[in-house]
Amino acid sequence: MPVETPAPAGVEARGWGWRHASRRGWAVQDASFRIEPGERVLLLGASGAGKSTLLHGLAGVLGGADEGESHGELLVGGRPAASARGIAGLVLQDPDAQVVLARVGDDVAFGCENLGVPRELIWPRVRESLDAVGLDVPLDRQTKALSGGQKQRLALAGALAMRPGLLLLDEPTANLDPAGVGEVREAVERLLEHHPATLVVVEHRVEVWLPVVSRVIVLGEGGVVADGAPADVLGREGARLAAAGVWVPGIPPAVPGPPVDAPGAALLTGRRLAVARVKGRPVASGIDVDVRAGSVLAVTGPNGAGKSTLGLTLAGLLPPAAGELQATGALAAGAGPSPIRWTSRQLLTRIGTVFQDPEHQLLTQTVRDELEVGPRALGLEERATADRVDELLARLRLDHLAAANPFTLSGGEKRRLTVAAMLATRPRVLVLDEPTFGQDARTWAELVALLAGLRDGRDGDERAAIVAITHDLDVVRALHAEVLELAASQTDAEASA
Amino acid sequence: MTLLEARARTGAVARINPVAKLGASALIALPLVLTLDWVSASVALLLECLLFPFAGIGWREFWTRTWPVWVAAPLTGLTIALYGETSGTIYVDWFFVRVSEGSLELAVATFFRVLAIALPSVVLFVTVDPTDLADGLAQVLRLPARFVLGALAGLRMVGLFIDDWRALELARRARGVADRGRYRRFFGMAFALLVLSIRRGSKLATSMEARGFGAPVERTWARQSRFGGREWVLMAIGAAISAIAVAAAAFAGTWNFILGPG
Repeated sequence: MPVETPAPAGVEARGWGWRHASRRGWAVQDASFRIEPGERVLLLGASGAGKSTLLHGLAGVLGGADEGESHGELLVGGRPAASARGIAGLVLQDPDAQVVLARVGDDVAFGCENLGVPRELIWPRVRESLDAVGLDVPLDRQTKALSGGQKQRLALAGALAMRPGLLLLDEPTANLDPAGVGEVREAVERLLEHHPATLVVVEHRVEVWLPVVSRVIVLGEGGVVADGAPADVLGREGARLAAAGVWVPGIPPAVPGPPVDAPGAALLTGRRLAVARVKGRPVASGIDVDVRAGSVLAVTGPNGAGKSTLGLTLAGLLPPAAGELQATGALAAGAGPSPIRWTSRQLLTRIGTVFQDPEHQLLTQTVRDELEVGPRALGLEERATADRVDELLARLRLDHLAAANPFTLSGGEKRRLTVAAMLATRPRVLVLDEPTFGQDARTWAELVALLAGLRDGRDGDERAAIVAITHDLDVVRALHAEVLELAASQTDAEASA
Repeated sequence: MTLLEARARTGAVARINPVAKLGASALIALPLVLTLDWVSASVALLLECLLFPFAGIGWREFWTRTWPVWVAAPLTGLTIALYGETSGTIYVDWFFVRVSEGSLELAVATFFRVLAIALPSVVLFVTVDPTDLADGLAQVLRLPARFVLGALAGLRMVGLFIDDWRALELARRARGVADRGRYRRFFGMAFALLVLSIRRGSKLATSMEARGFGAPVERTWARQSRFGGREWVLMAIGAAISAIAVAAAAFAGTWNFILGPG
């Protein structure tokens, strides 16, 4: 039952700018461009160029004068964007932050209800939107049981049900595994065939959206710095964009060389290991694993296979649910063979862990304090602590941020900070959970080079063992990693069936 | 991982509007709160026990859901027996403990009262789905939609907070600060969780706003919250239990109005 199709909405920015109330600098300044109804635009720019701010502005969710200050004009469908709510549908990066209600059907209906669509029109729209994004689940399916890719398609369906003339996507695939990225891109292509809306998408990974878009706009200092057909813009601006962190097809980031020496002795050995986050509910079992100095072990597998849980177990943070995990003498150095029995302090010089969400492991008010936490816990002298911290600040390009509050950093800066904080106590084993997730090309290359350096032992340091939990096959290749692939667990297969 | 499970339930009771369940629980509780006597409470409890088999939950689930009530009720009674208002014969007198005829009578009344008020509420709310409750509160009771839906969306995030808390705990061990200062660490984690939840909350608010939440039009409701025959029957049952309990107490002469004289 085809419901009335809205006309695609055009967009016009006339010297538009926005400054968040809490910031001194302008997030966007002097942006001027015009997008015709039905055009499909990829919006690019370095981290901090204001792409998200512009998208939020178009969606009319930047808030009023107490949230920030604006200049110029931003029009959607000929009306000021702030008052054009309902014309634009917005999908954000974080799948968990967009699910509003507990059941799939209710969640898709939410936008229609808010816009005052009569009940008898809502349910046909809900079904049609779910069809359009290819999310074939019952309307009463629990939203929390969906995978990341499914949640993003749900968000897309929720936006689509509002019949937007303008669809805005803010890095919709940055938090997804490769399968999820494909799902969402295909869903967008499909829905645009049936509902010709104007599309503006922000994404670091250009190749994902190239087949969909017909135009690229690059934001930079002082507004729009390039605008045109994708091939032209990428040809002209490709090198500059790549240097600014955009993943430009054909310009891959630099990767380090292979390890110089063969892997050394095993530091951790797991035999018939089963891992569980909640006692009595193992998510993976029968794992045999050796973590060796001078080598990178990549743990791969689909969402829900228990990769992160295995990582936390190897890191001595969760007890094995079954089987055994032993630290060899070289790693334990007198602390006993079972990492989970070590004290928190003993762990510091032996195994470091970088969590997937940096905000979980931030403890202090400034970047410098954050790096001093580990050395302080070890009881290191002030002088030695300061030397280590200064060295790390410089090495990870955080020196200009030493006095900043860690929570105010960008995603890439936070990731570098949490890695640096772990390196401050020089652990022999480093476990990282999705270290390159959602990172721009520049941060990606820096992290990979850093990990390769730790693997090979730099400046006379001993070679470290790296465990990287990752979906990112480029990382696996770049680090010449040994791969441990976990299969989808039984319970997960049931959940997504 | 959430505190509230929203399993799809079937059965006559599960389909009753949550507002009616709220109302029936209130009707039962009201007179029992206003009197302190064992007759009204035990009569109400007896009537409730006759109805529990029809509440749409199995016995196993009944006990797993209500065991805290069965633990709390005798403990409350015991406290009253030992420290309650003294009157009549005194059986035991030891420091602050004074068990008397009057305190024992109050203890028995309190024990039955806790059971008679808590059990039906727990049993009726086992079959309440939070979304249906929100629909009912907004459509039947006309509470402001902004408030009801905001609370509902917030409730869904409780599961994420539990995961956050676990991660915060593990992360502190990884950072080398988990060996000492347990209480300080607890407050540090509580503060970190607060920060994380505010950030999550504001992200959720943005996406709700992007979906037109708070738009200046009359909101519609995709699911109609009905309040009809079934609901009135449940309310009537609640009212009947109340009325019979009060009548029995009045008849037995034990009615003891807590706000009234003596």
